[in-house]
This record gives sequence, structure tokens and C-alpha cells, in this order.
Amino acid sequence: MTTTQTAPAAEATEGPAPRAREGAASRVRRRLSGSAASLAALAIAVLWTIPTAGLFVSSLRPAEQIRTTGWWTFFSSPQVTLDNYRDVLFGSASDGQLIGYFVNSVVITLPSTVFVLGVGALAAYALSWIDFRGRDWIFLGIFALQIVPLQMSLVPLLRFFSQGVSVGGVQVLPAWELTGAMAFTNVWVAHTVFGLPLAVFLLHNFVSQLPKSLFEAARVDGAGHGRIFTRIVLPLIVPALVSLGIFQFLWVWNDLLVALIFTGGDGGTAPLTVRLAELAGTRGEAWHRLTAGAFVSMIVPLAVFFLLQRYFVRGLLAGGVKG
Amino acid sequence: MDYSFLNELPKIVWMLIGIAAFLAVIGLMLTVMDLPRTRRDRWQAFLFLAPALVLLLGGLVYPMLRTTTLSLYDRSGTEFVGLANYLWMFQRPEILLVLRNTLLWVLFAPVLATAVGLLYAVLIDRSRFESVAKSLVFMPMAISLVGASIIWRFVFAYRPADQEQYGLFNQVVVWLGGEPRLWLLEQPLNTFLLILVLIWVQAGFAMVVLSAAIKAIPAEITEAARIDGAGAWHLFTRITLPAVWPTLLVVLITITVQTLKVFDIVRTMTGGNYGTSVIANEMYSQAFQQGQVGQGSALAVFLFVLVIPLVIVQIRRNRKSRELV
Repeated sequence: MTTTQTAPAAEATEGPAPRAREGAASRVRRRLSGSAASLAALAIAVLWTIPTAGLFVSSLRPAEQIRTTGWWTFFSSPQVTLDNYRDVLFGSASDGQLIGYFVNSVVITLPSTVFVLGVGALAAYALSWIDFRGRDWIFLGIFALQIVPLQMSLVPLLRFFSQGVSVGGVQVLPAWELTGAMAFTNVWVAHTVFGLPLAVFLLHNFVSQLPKSLFEAARVDGAGHGRIFTRIVLPLIVPALVSLGIFQFLWVWNDLLVALIFTGGDGGTAPLTVRLAELAGTRGEAWHRLTAGAFVSMIVPLAVFFLLQRYFVRGLLAGGVKG
Repeated sequence: MDYSFLNELPKIVWMLIGIAAFLAVIGLMLTVMDLPRTRRDRWQAFLFLAPALVLLLGGLVYPMLRTTTLSLYDRSGTEFVGLANYLWMFQRPEILLVLRNTLLWVLFAPVLATAVGLLYAVLIDRSRFESVAKSLVFMPMAISLVGASIIWRFVFAYRPADQEQYGLFNQVVVWLGGEPRLWLLEQPLNTFLLILVLIWVQAGFAMVVLSAAIKAIPAEITEAARIDGAGAWHLFTRITLPAVWPTLLVVLITITVQTLKVFDIVRTMTGGNYGTSVIANEMYSQAFQQGQVGQGSALAVFLFVLVIPLVIVQIRRNRKSRELV
């Protein structure tokens, strides 16, 4: 409970009266419950940290030791090496060769984030500040789309990329048939689609709150919607774009399902998560690779987490129902 | 070292081309739109909305309808089979097991994650190490579920009894005088071990949201109760819990939605084998591994139906809390 920590502050402001009223027995009980509380909090914190710490310590141990002893023995005979990271990043294909997948993750994530922010901001502006019939209905429709699990779109969207669109046997749009690096486009589009409903909704909340006088003044000065959007709205919604951008970035970086389906698990385009899930399935006991590999995939999210914690939390709370 | 960075260049070039093209198209659109001849609100609104509408109609709305119709067709999508795929879902023992597992997930993961989050939030509230303590428990939220699953697979790793254990869980079992076991193969215990991973991840989310709600309780109320001699338990059940109750429900529903769609953990921990599959995993394996598009689509529709009421409740609650602010 909060008792021990807040009691001194409360006593300082209210003088000695409450302390006098408080019996010795209750003071003892309070201190006891205070230390029991601290102990319980500590227990949870330790339980929550140990699994990650164990994996991290292991990733730094020589492969031979990982195979034969527990990571907790590290502290009695510490031996540190970066070999696991070197092997899993740059080694042979069967070791993982994760550097290529790391690049894939970056190449998938950055455009997917930029596209969602751009398309989302444009739509949010039109839905907030341009008058046209049916505006509220369109907004409501996009809002409602947030609840659709992405499982509902996977099969048809994949068919769209691989077979194109045909109506009654007539090919209207051809299959994309992108090869090599261009195949990333499929994943970008998929992630942009899945990120849009949330992006439009959040950015609309933000853009529609901007003061009306701003827009009236700009209109009087003869600025069109295009100019107002780039010169006035974009600079003002930077905080919202950053929060949403971080959320979308981490969502895409950490995603497995969308990548699994739209890259087909192909080494040329698959991201880290797909490769790691695959390694865990086929080489589940190769812990010197898995430990280091897992951390390679966590470096970026952890850096974002520790450097941009405030934005991170905000974006995450807003995106609670996504997916 | 048979690795060359040259292999990566085309990818990076294509990424830069993609981003540049996107920004160029939007920039051009915004410029053209302001030319005097095109300055009509309707037309401009259409231009602003067009990219989003094309993507959403083509990528979500149409596929959603298509999946619903596909769920009424056979595996290749040519022959109409009515509700056969849904009947299959509720009749085949292996799919009933999948539904039971999903039920177990929904029953345990949200409640336990929220409970741990609340307990921890209360315990560390206004303590000296609050922000560090929060970071420690919130950290799993940042990493991928694949990463989290690998972390926990390592915890449950197994070595035969005559060898030294390197999985922490089995080592603890051995220290306590037990036999090491392949925990992830033991049904139905393994489903609970998988649920544990999601609890580990989501408790941080619950903790952060509930901690904010606890801080919003006016200090005078807790002070007054304390002066009246209310103990810690009393304070918690009579003041803290009622005050954070609406937030608690939102957290619970949010985690329930996430739980219903859980896929990555099952995929990485067991691949859905050993009786651990859930709806989202079964949907993937039916539609994309076994080519049973009709049955996969039926599972997707069922998942959608399960999510709808939760999200409606949540939207209602969200709106209510926004009105209060």
C-alpha cells in the first residue's frame, strides 16, 4: 500500500496531531504492511525481469556453456563473448544470417509508417475542415473499421496481390507479380491498410481540435486547402504524428502474422520476427542462436522504449484495440 | 562470413524510392489542388480522402465481404456449401479443442494480467522507485510477442534428468526435488503456460493505465480515510477499487480483444501443436497451410463475431469517459 511513503509528507503538512492520534500498535502494523507491500512489489518486479535477464545473459555466454549449464552459473564463472551475435548476424544461412532480415524489417517498417501517417493525416484533415455532404458518414465508417480483425482481410488481399482482380472472367487489374526488392510493396500496402482506421481516427481527434480562427485567417489570406494543410496543420500536429508513428513503427516491427502472409516467409523480404519464429520451430534447441537472435530483434523496440517512453506510452494506450 | 552488404542495397534503394514517390505524389497533389481552377471544396475533399478510401475499400471493406462469402464455399471457393464450414467448426473434436483453448485464454489471461497490473500499480504508487519499477514491468510491452515467446521457451527448456538443466523452470523443479519435464508438451497444462506469456506481456499495459487512474483519485479522500483509521485493505476495497473500476473494465476489455486474436505466442511456442491451437492460429493454418480457404474464412468470421460486442462496449465506455473530462 501507499502508506509508508506518503505518511511523512502528510504528517509534515498536517502537523503532529494525526501522529498523536495514531496508536503505537497501528503504527507498527502500518510499517509491517508497508514492508510486506515493498516485498510483494519487488517479487513481481523480479519475476517480470528474470526471464529477459536470463536470455540476455545467455546470449553473451559461449555456445558450449549455453548448451551445458544454466545461465545462473554465469555469475560464479563469468565468461563473456559476442560470438553468438556475430554468428547469428553474419554467419552461414543456417545460423540465421539475421543481418539481412534486420534490413528487411527496416525496409518494411519505415515506409509502412510514413504511408500511414501521410494518408491518415490527409484524410483526417478533410474529415475535420472541409465541408462536404456525407462527411460524418465516411468518418463513422472508417471509425467502425477499427474493429475488424485483420484475419478478415488476409485471404482476399493476398489473392488481390497474386491474382489481380477479375470480374466475370475479365481481368480488370493484373496480378502485381513483383519480384526481388519490389516485393516489399505488398507488405507496405497491407500494413498501411491495417494501420489506417486507427490513424484516421486518432489524427481526426487531434486535427479537429485545432482552433477555427486559424483556418479562417488563412482562408482570408487566400490560402487553399493544400497550403493550409502543409503550412499550418502539419507543423501543429507533430506531437500526434510522433505518438502515432512510434505506435505504428513498433506494431509493424513486432508483427508476425501480416509479414508471414505477405512476404510468404521468403528470405528476400521476410522480417526478423518471421525468421525467429522459423528458427524457434526448426532449431528450437540451438539456444546460442535463439538467445542472440531474439535480442537482435529487440534492440530497436527497446531503444525506442527507453528513449521515447512518454510518446511510446501515449501511442500505445491509444492503439489498444488495433489488429 | 559469406555475407556481403551489397545484397541489401536493392532493398534500401527500393525503400527510398517508395518513400520518395509517396511524398512526391502527395506534394504534387497538394500543389495542384490549390490551382484556382480546381479550388472547389467537394473536389478537394475527394482528393484528400481518395488515398485512404481506395486503401480501405480495397483492403478492408471488400475483403471483409469476400471472406464472409468465402466462408460459405468449399475449399477452392467454387462450390456453395451453405453453413457446412460453420457446422464443421462446431463438430470436429480438434476444432472444438481450439475453441475450448480460446475460451481458456479469454477466461484467464485478461483477468490475471489486469489483477497483477492493478496489484503492482497499487504497491508501487508514490514509492521512491516508481518510474524504474514501472519500466521493468512495462518493458515486455515493447518487444515482439515472438521475442517474448522465445524468452519463455528458454525458461521452459528441457534437458534429460541425467544432464544439467539450463531452463530455469526445470532447474527450480529439480532443486525442489522433482523430475524435469517437457512442460510445453503436457496437455492441458501447456495452454496455461502459453497464457502465462500473454499475462507477462499485458500486465504492464494494465499497470500503466491503472496507475494513471489511481493517481487521479483526489488526495483528500485517501487522506481523510486514513485519518479515520482505515487500513490498507480497507483503503483499497472502499476507495481505490471503486474509483478505478471504470478504467479497470476498459483495460479488461482491451486485453480480452487482444487475447481473442492471439497468434504469435502460439505460433512461436508450440506451432499450435500438442493441443494448444487457438482460433487465430487455426485460421492461419487452415487458410494458408492446408489450403482450406472456406474453413479458414469461417474461423475468421467467427473471430470477428466474438470481437464485435467487446468493441461496442469499449466504444461506449470511451465516449462516456470523454464526456466526463
